[in-house]
Amino acid sequence: MGLMALFRRTPPSATVAKERLRIIVAQERSSRGGPDYLPMLRREIMEVIRKYVKVEPDAVKVHVEREKGHDVLELSVSLPGKGG
Amino acid sequence: MTEIIVVTSGKGGVGKTTTSASLSCGLARKGKKVAVIDFDIGLRNLDLIMGCERRVVFDFVNVIQGDCTLKQALIKDKRLETLYVLAASQTRDKDALTTEGVRKVLDELIADGFDYILCDSPAGIEKGAHLAMYFADRAVVVVNPEVSSVRDSDRILGLLASKTERAEKGNGGVKEHLLLTRYSPRRVAAGEMLSVADVKEILGLDVIGVIPESTDVLTASNAGTPVILNEDSDVSEAYTDAVERLLGTELPLRFVDEQKKGFFARMFGG
Repeated sequence: MGLMALFRRTPPSATVAKERLRIIVAQERSSRGGPDYLPMLRREIMEVIRKYVKVEPDAVKVHVEREKGHDVLELSVSLPGKGG
Repeated sequence: MTEIIVVTSGKGGVGKTTTSASLSCGLARKGKKVAVIDFDIGLRNLDLIMGCERRVVFDFVNVIQGDCTLKQALIKDKRLETLYVLAASQTRDKDALTTEGVRKVLDELIADGFDYILCDSPAGIEKGAHLAMYFADRAVVVVNPEVSSVRDSDRILGLLASKTERAEKGNGGVKEHLLLTRYSPRRVAAGEMLSVADVKEILGLDVIGVIPESTDVLTASNAGTPVILNEDSDVSEAYTDAVERLLGTELPLRFVDEQKKGFFARMFGG
């Protein structure tokens, strides 16, 4: 990095790459190991909820927790506040 | 004790075959009895990199289907006494490789007293890649310091942790290592390339080798001589270090810092 780096407004591209990777890798790891139908399930639940309530696209969270002997499917939906 | 090592990456073109060829040569040069197997069915290439393409008579699928014996299909390297190559089949039949067929071939190599079996995985996450890793004891994940390669490597790490015999049986899992290729210390210093530390941090794995970007790799593949055998190349030294680390020797990483050119080198472009 030369003297010009001092005047550079944008961060070095490697820093951007690292940040992007950190986010996407964490996201993909969290959904890893879950059944393949999970994204589809999430989408359909989303559609059903939207028939009744106006929710944001990321309001539905589907998560599979591995426990001894059985899996737990966790569903969490954040509904909009009363004022919103 | 035979050790089965898969050389894999997910993404194509990152240097799996170059790495398989050089690691197997390096291990054989240490006196180990080594077999290197091309799992890229339909796209045979390891034979070219090893320089034995004109000596392929029978291939991996021929052995599995019983067209020939394993001994007939193993190509003995002309440079190293204890090194053997098993070429991939050029068939377009994707089902030619079977789990049981691969198991049979590996078992026979183990019974033959091979020290190491290197499985050169095809790119992607299809059947060939799956079978290349399935019986592995260890994995060398080849990665370029570049976003798509790093992401694909993480995907492969997920598969190594779930879709291998060791993972299924729960006996310790596959031991994983990272090997960075096409590394440019100059670009890392300029903030244009992910560093070894960055990749290590994102993937959370130990680094077994860092191979510098070099024109020597193409020159070696042109000639059909694995680049590790090109004695005066940095790439050769970097692969030699990686082989030592595979064998358990602890060595500091080389070729990861920018070489500052001296005054004369800068003046005369040395």
